Amino acid sequence: MNLAINTKNISKSYPGVLANSNVSVQIKKSSIHAIVGENGAGKSTLMKILYGMTKPDQGEIEVFDQPANMSSPKEAINLGIGMVHQHFMLAKNLTVLENIILGIDKPSIKNLGLKKYKKLIEEVMSTYSLDIDLDMFVEDLSVGEKQRVEIIKVLFRGAKILILDEPTAVLVPQEVNELFKNLNNLKQNGVTIIFISHKLDEVLEIADDISVMRTGELIDSVKNENVSKTELAEMMIGKSLPTPPPRSTETKQNKILDIKSITSESVDGRKFFTDVSFSVFESEILGIAGVEGNGQKEVVESIIGIQNIESGEIFFNGENINNKTTRQRLESGISFIPEDRQLQAMIMDMNLTNNVIIGRQNIEKYKSNLATVKIKNAIKESENVISLFDVKTPNTNTLATALSGGNQQKFVVGRELEDNPSLLIASQPTRGIDIGAQSLIWEKLRQSRDNGLAVLLISADLEELIGLSDRIIVFYQGSTVKELSSDDVSPEDLGGYMTGLKK
Amino acid sequence: MKLSLRIASFSAPIIALAISFGLSSLILLFIGKDPIETFQIMFEYGIKGKSIVSIINRSIPLYISAIAVAVGFKMGLFNIGVEGQYLVGSIVAAFIGSQFSIITPLHILFIILIAVACSAMWAAIAGYLKVKKGIHEVISTIMLNYIGTGLISYSLTNVFDEKGSEYELPRTPELPDTGQMPALNNLFGLEDLQDLHGFLFVAIIVGIFYYWLVWKTTLGFDLRITGSNPIAAKFSGINPNRLIVVAMVTSGGFAGLVGLGPLLGYFHRFTIDFPTGLGFAGIAVALLGRNHPFGMGVGALLFAFLERSSQILDLNDVPKEIERMLQAFILLIVVVFYEVIRRFIVKQQIKDASKKVET
Repeated sequence: MNLAINTKNISKSYPGVLANSNVSVQIKKSSIHAIVGENGAGKSTLMKILYGMTKPDQGEIEVFDQPANMSSPKEAINLGIGMVHQHFMLAKNLTVLENIILGIDKPSIKNLGLKKYKKLIEEVMSTYSLDIDLDMFVEDLSVGEKQRVEIIKVLFRGAKILILDEPTAVLVPQEVNELFKNLNNLKQNGVTIIFISHKLDEVLEIADDISVMRTGELIDSVKNENVSKTELAEMMIGKSLPTPPPRSTETKQNKILDIKSITSESVDGRKFFTDVSFSVFESEILGIAGVEGNGQKEVVESIIGIQNIESGEIFFNGENINNKTTRQRLESGISFIPEDRQLQAMIMDMNLTNNVIIGRQNIEKYKSNLATVKIKNAIKESENVISLFDVKTPNTNTLATALSGGNQQKFVVGRELEDNPSLLIASQPTRGIDIGAQSLIWEKLRQSRDNGLAVLLISADLEELIGLSDRIIVFYQGSTVKELSSDDVSPEDLGGYMTGLKK
Repeated sequence: MKLSLRIASFSAPIIALAISFGLSSLILLFIGKDPIETFQIMFEYGIKGKSIVSIINRSIPLYISAIAVAVGFKMGLFNIGVEGQYLVGSIVAAFIGSQFSIITPLHILFIILIAVACSAMWAAIAGYLKVKKGIHEVISTIMLNYIGTGLISYSLTNVFDEKGSEYELPRTPELPDTGQMPALNNLFGLEDLQDLHGFLFVAIIVGIFYYWLVWKTTLGFDLRITGSNPIAAKFSGINPNRLIVVAMVTSGGFAGLVGLGPLLGYFHRFTIDFPTGLGFAGIAVALLGRNHPFGMGVGALLFAFLERSSQILDLNDVPKEIERMLQAFILLIVVVFYEVIRRFIVKQQIKDASKKVET
């Protein structure tokens, strides 16, 4: 067969996460092959493997029908594989020409040979019908042009396979059209393109073949003609919803968190979110749905005081907490499970005893009158969390980094549910962990809700969101666009509101 | 931690020391000297009574300087400015301390407080610049070292110089007897040797205080988690800006004590001979001792020992620069071995944890 890339049963795991599991994908020569999936589905890991940035634990890769065993991007480039990263790797104070030849020759005192290279690059550009002024400085280019420079750079190094990592994320619609035109040209000229994205409309517009990934596995590879957007969405997020037991308790009328038209802007004037209002009641799980980057992360961070708000008010238990510090908010009964446990929730090179204190350093339980840490209480509490949440660890003295992802997450959830908080903000509480840990965390969240806890749940996993939440609000472009009851909503409906198709 | 892991982490400096001596031996052989004889001469000279007193005296400021640096290191802050901080604190304390006389304990306490306050304020400038203007502390503290040195040269000649002194070179007035720290010789029965600085006690207290501050208090906990993972620290409610200023001021406060061993115990005034370079040496000792109060104590003694014992080498026709090389070798190699050991421990823990999962 005429394959550019053929992978056989590739697996890759990081401590605690199975990032790729038995991925076999065939990519045809001179085609545009899209790889779609939610964040954390394993797309990036697969790309890193194909570009030689990381080695798979097992499995084989063939490039142009030859077995390839790459251990660095350099070897990948030699095999004809080039990558355009989402964040451009360009020196803005150099010209386009200088950027393209950067690193091609070994450092020496010879003449740069700009003229020679200019001619060669112009040849490449005319072959692939790509156009750019080689003498412009990169800082004067638009984002779309910078991306084109990256593409020319890679082609000039002899790439026959182009990996584009979320190429449209940074572009405005007109630039997207321009890019797609260029990509089609490249295809006509024999270049194979691997297009990574989670935007289904774009994928359906440009790709010949589409592979869908979910939780590290390749769900299916299909031809563009044979698939609809709904079907793709189903493959991406999974169809079968878990059937949670009907809840026996009722939501109380008491507003725990009350957010009144808050707005936040970034330094460059872009709006993170605009005029957002919602409430979470006692004994309720409120789900937040939204494609990543639509403001929900910033809203959550503004509730605990890490993100600044320009206007609006946040009430917690009836009290305005706008001017409270993060520490005061956490100590007054707001618990927070951040989306990235290793980066945001735990100190990986500290033991569990120390990790149980994080976020509660100053409460009476852990701080003595002499301002010292009450380590005995911390040991007791970490033992408590370990047994209640079934954390598999030799003892409390084990470093957090030694635990598997699921056990780390159980520990974090346990820590945040201790001390009877009145509000829990749970951001992606079960991302990238095994099913056992997942169902335990779900069970604990339900139990706490039934006991009166107000939960704000943010999840990219729509099954989880619909299965756990009592109500769901949808974020789109920095605003809440829809409120739904979780009893009568399907993932398809939700996906429609999340992508702005439904209103 | 399990016993085997504890032994492993202690072995790192010992292995590094052995390799360093090995490499230095090769160099000695290369220049035609007998390494065993050389090290033997150094050792024999280094353990003479006189040498031991000198080594301890020298290790006092080294140790305190290392602690000042380590406070910053613990939260990922690189205070390269201990050098400038201690010199600024020392000269001001030396001058003010010489202007009055009260009973000895109070007088010495007062001098200590002045030095600590001045050095802490000098360090606070770097903290302020980092928090308010985003200037990296390495740059600002290095620059403040230069500014401090310049200010000291100027003020030593023009402001703090002893009035009406016959002495040719600029120097501050001598501390009155009440401001001089008594030696510990009688206490340890060292009548026939030179003075053992009384500041030794302060150094030991500082070591204990540092341990308590960093490992026992909630402030120390905040420092350590910020050092390991600033993002998680922020999510846990720590205000990073406030902590940077606190850490910088604390580090500078410790730095204020660095010059006081020599000042109160020997020089009794600030002169142009006043020991410099202790701030930079402290960085090396902090690295060697892994910011641990005990480790840094051993490191300070080791470096002081090498410096003292190498004095004999010139008399035996061996270039004493060999000692500098030995120090550098130790530092380089020990850093590598600490990392090797750290990875070994993490691997061991991962193994133990996955065993637990299987059962």
